[in-house]
Amino acid sequence: MKKMAAILAMLGAAAFAAESLLITGAGATFPFPLYSKWFSEYNKMHPDLKFNYQSIGSGGGIKQITEGTVDFGATDAPMTDEELSKAPDVVHIPTVLGAVVIVYNLPGAQDLRLSSEAVSGIFLGKITNWSDPAIAKENRSVKLPDKAIAVAHRSDGSGTTAIFTDYLSKVSPEWQKTVGAGKSVKWPVGIGGKGNEGVTGVVKQTPGAIGYVELAYASQNKLDTAMIRNRDGAYIKPSVQSTSEAAAGMEMPTDFRVSVTDAPGKGTYPISGFTYILVHRDQKDAAKGEALIRFLWWAIHDGQKIAPSLDYAPLPSPVVKKVEGTLKGLTVQRKPINVAGS
Amino acid sequence: MLPEAEIRLGRERPRPRRLLQRVNIGDTSFNALLWIFAGAVLLIAGVIVFSLWATARPAFKAVSIPSFIAGQNWDPVQESFGALPFIFGTLVTSGIALVVTVPVAVGLAIFLVEMAPSRLRPVVSFPLELLAAIPSVVYGLWGIFVLVPWLRDSTEPLLSVTLGFLPLFRGPPLGFGYLAGGLILSVMILPTIASVSIEVLKAAPESLREAALALGATRWEAVRVAVIPYSRAGIVGAILLGLGRALGETMAVTMVIGNSPEIHASLFAPGYSLPAVIANEFAEATSSMHTAALAALALILFGITLLLNSVARLLIRAVARGPARVAA
Repeated sequence: MKKMAAILAMLGAAAFAAESLLITGAGATFPFPLYSKWFSEYNKMHPDLKFNYQSIGSGGGIKQITEGTVDFGATDAPMTDEELSKAPDVVHIPTVLGAVVIVYNLPGAQDLRLSSEAVSGIFLGKITNWSDPAIAKENRSVKLPDKAIAVAHRSDGSGTTAIFTDYLSKVSPEWQKTVGAGKSVKWPVGIGGKGNEGVTGVVKQTPGAIGYVELAYASQNKLDTAMIRNRDGAYIKPSVQSTSEAAAGMEMPTDFRVSVTDAPGKGTYPISGFTYILVHRDQKDAAKGEALIRFLWWAIHDGQKIAPSLDYAPLPSPVVKKVEGTLKGLTVQRKPINVAGS
Repeated sequence: MLPEAEIRLGRERPRPRRLLQRVNIGDTSFNALLWIFAGAVLLIAGVIVFSLWATARPAFKAVSIPSFIAGQNWDPVQESFGALPFIFGTLVTSGIALVVTVPVAVGLAIFLVEMAPSRLRPVVSFPLELLAAIPSVVYGLWGIFVLVPWLRDSTEPLLSVTLGFLPLFRGPPLGFGYLAGGLILSVMILPTIASVSIEVLKAAPESLREAALALGATRWEAVRVAVIPYSRAGIVGAILLGLGRALGETMAVTMVIGNSPEIHASLFAPGYSLPAVIANEFAEATSSMHTAALAALALILFGITLLLNSVARLLIRAVARGPARVAA
């Protein structure tokens, strides 16, 4: 019995010591590796603050912040007007940018160059052979085989697909008319793979295959990626820098709900998008609300320095300036807090 | 319940009335407990069906149930939903799995029980049970890295050369498709069907075999006229267990089937299955219509399993009467 009491006392003490703020969040899987790094780094500086983030998908993130079951949500694609009408006080905070890269399996063909017409033609099923003039004319130095193109796409609903189909809708009127943009679409051709790893599996296993995955996934797995011609006519290799540029040249609306695909700028990689954290404009819980806003402030400043090492593109400084304004506009129990002064 | 009562009766021998009463207290409470457990199963199944129905209702409001089932278009952007490609893919892959596995599994069971030296049985049945323990995602990975290249490079070209006159074996050999999904499933359901069949065959009375052999039957004839008729119902049950697993398998199928919601006559073509599309699209389905359509697919899957199970029960009842007829 004595032993038992001692254990109970210890447990009680532990519980007391661990009495700290717990901020819960849920949503997108794409930024999860970065967010967990952020949470652990921030926790080192603020040991009394803990985060619990569940990467259940963007759809789940939007649902949960709308229902108010989490302190923050996270999503890759901004909320639609219909979704916002159910939760009018939700604010989008862009955290980083992600890029979608084109990967292919064509032995001997490195640094393939693709124009937007070629990309949309391939994924529409109009261009079916690697020796097609639409590809060949941009790749005079590469010996393209007379081989059928096997298209691979994501079969699971994902922000990656949303960014890619948004790009295709912008560069190809036919795509916009027949397919459209979304997290799951009706693909005209191709094989669906589940997740980045599924698409990579299909591409690696099928000679002549082409597919799209996240930049972070492609660079960690050293996949061959294509250079894409941007709006200004330059062929751009996907990278953290060229992705950040996409947001720099873009006119930013105050709610940040903007697509940055096919953005202008000489060094801009054209297939990219923001990922967001969703918070309520007015925080109901005083302690948690202030801690969350201070964390977001840290995330868009010091947190950005961690991003490139994990292959996420940091926000360009004009966007950071703009997000600062949004964070200053957040309130805790209807009172503004001095977030910049910490 | 009964044996315990008898034991008490034997040991104490009090006046019967008091005994009955005392037994009844324990009995009734235990009885009630069991009723609750049994009721819970019905309740859980009922709640699942009801909540699926409630979620799926918007989809059935937009299109009638028959046109949803017969619809061939699945376009989340335009919010136009039809279930037929998924139903087709589920049935085709499960069908391939049964066609491939049933002869192998039943043959294996007959061999192990009737022909093979008894020492061989554990040598074969241990790896067989191991097959059942492999997680489906591992099957899927094996499918992507081994089965699919093999199908694409050797089997499918060979099939289209030799059997290409059938529409089943035409078209470009992609590797990913109905055939890959069906073959993965056939490996996955092999242990279920084989090990249940082994148990069923073992249960056939020795006297039947001996009688057949004594009448001059060969070993094969003894199996055919004495053992198999006796075990038929059980073997059908084993096949149904396997079919149930094949219908509901998600991960391994989605990794190799190609995930393309279209209907093709060719087994080489990519397809899609009901559980696969639900798993793929549900997490990121934000529009309520999309969610509703996915819930409707879940209901259809539920319905298919229910239908096949009922058919199977009728089938079992029919074949269970079989041996009597053979004997007569």
